[in-house]
Amino acid sequence: MRPHTAPVEGQQTGIEVTQAMAADALGWLSKMLLIREFESTAGPLVASGAIPGGMHSAIGQEAVAVGIMSMLGPDDVAAASHRSHHVALAKGMDPSFVMAELFGKATGCAGGRGGHMHLADFAVGFDGSNGIVGAGLGIALGAAFAQRYRQDGHCAAGFFGDGGANTGRVWEFVNLAAAWRLPLIVVCENNGYAVETRIEDAMAGESIAARAAGFGLPFVQVDGQDVAAVHAAAKRAVDRARAGDGPTFIEALTYRHLGHDVGERGQYRTAEEVQWWQENRDPIMRLRVELQRLGALDETGYEKLAAEAAERVRAAVSFAESSPLPDPATVADGVTGLPLKVRGPQ
Amino acid sequence: MSDVTSKRTTLSRAFRDGLAEEMARDPSIFVMGTDLFERGGHWAQVTNLGEMFGRERVRNTPISEAAMVAAGVGAALNGLRPVVDLNFLDFAFGAMDEIVNQAAKARYWWGRPVPLVVRGTTGFAGGGAQHNNPVESWFCHVPGLLVAYPSTAADAKGLIKTALRGEDPVIFCMHKMLTGARGEAGGPEDLVPFGRAAIRRQGSHVTVATYGVMVGKTLTAASRLAEEGIEVEVIDLRTLMPLDLDLIEESVRRTRALVVAAEDYRHGGIGSEIAAALQESLFGELDAPVFRLGAPFAPVPHSPVLLDAMSPSAEEVERTVRRAAKRQ
Repeated sequence: MRPHTAPVEGQQTGIEVTQAMAADALGWLSKMLLIREFESTAGPLVASGAIPGGMHSAIGQEAVAVGIMSMLGPDDVAAASHRSHHVALAKGMDPSFVMAELFGKATGCAGGRGGHMHLADFAVGFDGSNGIVGAGLGIALGAAFAQRYRQDGHCAAGFFGDGGANTGRVWEFVNLAAAWRLPLIVVCENNGYAVETRIEDAMAGESIAARAAGFGLPFVQVDGQDVAAVHAAAKRAVDRARAGDGPTFIEALTYRHLGHDVGERGQYRTAEEVQWWQENRDPIMRLRVELQRLGALDETGYEKLAAEAAERVRAAVSFAESSPLPDPATVADGVTGLPLKVRGPQ
Repeated sequence: MSDVTSKRTTLSRAFRDGLAEEMARDPSIFVMGTDLFERGGHWAQVTNLGEMFGRERVRNTPISEAAMVAAGVGAALNGLRPVVDLNFLDFAFGAMDEIVNQAAKARYWWGRPVPLVVRGTTGFAGGGAQHNNPVESWFCHVPGLLVAYPSTAADAKGLIKTALRGEDPVIFCMHKMLTGARGEAGGPEDLVPFGRAAIRRQGSHVTVATYGVMVGKTLTAASRLAEEGIEVEVIDLRTLMPLDLDLIEESVRRTRALVVAAEDYRHGGIGSEIAAALQESLFGELDAPVFRLGAPFAPVPHSPVLLDAMSPSAEEVERTVRRAAKRQ
């Protein structure tokens, strides 16, 4: 498998946004800035211990989530992986409830019971991050089944990574979705590394996307650092799903700027490689440049969007910090709807 | 459809009838699994449901347990009530993440109900080690799952109906050797609650807590023991999660002796939890140790003579009850 993470000399960094798309694209930029700000703020809070546990930062991958969500409404569903803050926020989750969950507070989206890999808000159609590689696609598969069963015209997007593309369950899900023509958008975020394992060390075949050919569903490999390109791929897939024509497989080639998790001391990639991606393929920078070229955004406009994102994240941190911790006496409450009558200490 | 409403039936048909009645009542219920539409499942558990409800609601799946259970979880999170029929409960191994890490935890995190039924046939029979694993205790050890294990036609019907009106993921166990067990089954509103065991025979000397295929063997043993003057109280647990420890405790307060009889491995099974809980609460009131009957700790073998050595017999129940009654 040819690595997409290797820098290529002389590649253009430009992306194409039409004048007609500019208004939408400003919204995409705003969402990407919110995600970037959220991750840039939460990471150091993990490192300092203010946020317990770890965190998988999605910095660098914002355009994949925002591009896909540009085509989904609140009644459509998304489910994602262990690296999913970008998907959750792009789908419309309130950053305050996400941040409070990271802090382990009672006001978090899972009441502090989940953590950063178990975010969900069913009211906005985000059916959950997932700590198990590839499993989020299965939840989206079931959502797509329910949509088909009800014939409600909605669709579901399931996210996983290049690591997930090597699990058996992902291809069971793809097969079932294709066999039953379910309205599922299969989104593989190929960031080149499964934790610290390079994709070319772990994967056979021409590409992840090409594997989908065996299941008879349309597939496309798209520049995941180009939000307009992801949007275009999402539009084709969503139109197809809503028309009842079945699932589509999208492999988005992307890159995470930070490590697999906060505090990673990885030796598996060079500083030069990371720098190349930051300088040449940053999805926010590329969209900003393009919108400026179109005359749709000036420096002041950009600063305003960035300030709005910063303010929303500041408010989220403030909400999380001031929220109460969950009551330890509730630790075994609400495990099931039916009382289990399991006996505690006598 | 005439046989759907008949009362004298088999355990498998009673399950089918309960499912059919609920499907007719609630359009959000559907069933998926391998070989369901035409064959009616490998245990006649959904016979004729295909022609009654059509291919949208009685769905043949690929042999992809992870996909069928994942689809079930996602559909349950989105307002449907899926029944995933694995045919053999052993096939849950291909979907353990979907059952344990997905279905069982969503409610704890997000308060979101997951009304999913995973049905499987289990218990010892011919077929060898990979089709006969006793796994009911595994699922009892996963917070968030309910576990049903009916021994009668009436309970199979009443428990599936309750499962399909509840909010929780249910592992619905049906023993192979009880597939054709005949009995009366209830009507459309005869629901059997989870967490409430049934006293199948009253007795004053020894309590036997049991479930599944061991209920019948225990009743046989109890009849013989009565001839010796030992009166056995037989409790059919019906659901293993929730577990009706209250009823067992109430009974043992009277009998002062308890035997737990399961076909599951004696080592580390749900029977061990019952024994531990009862000695903890009734230590001073017991006249004998709590004895556990279960299978030897070995994979399930093929040769009939070896297989017979796995499942506790009525004679073993008799012997163990005599020990508990201090009559040997």
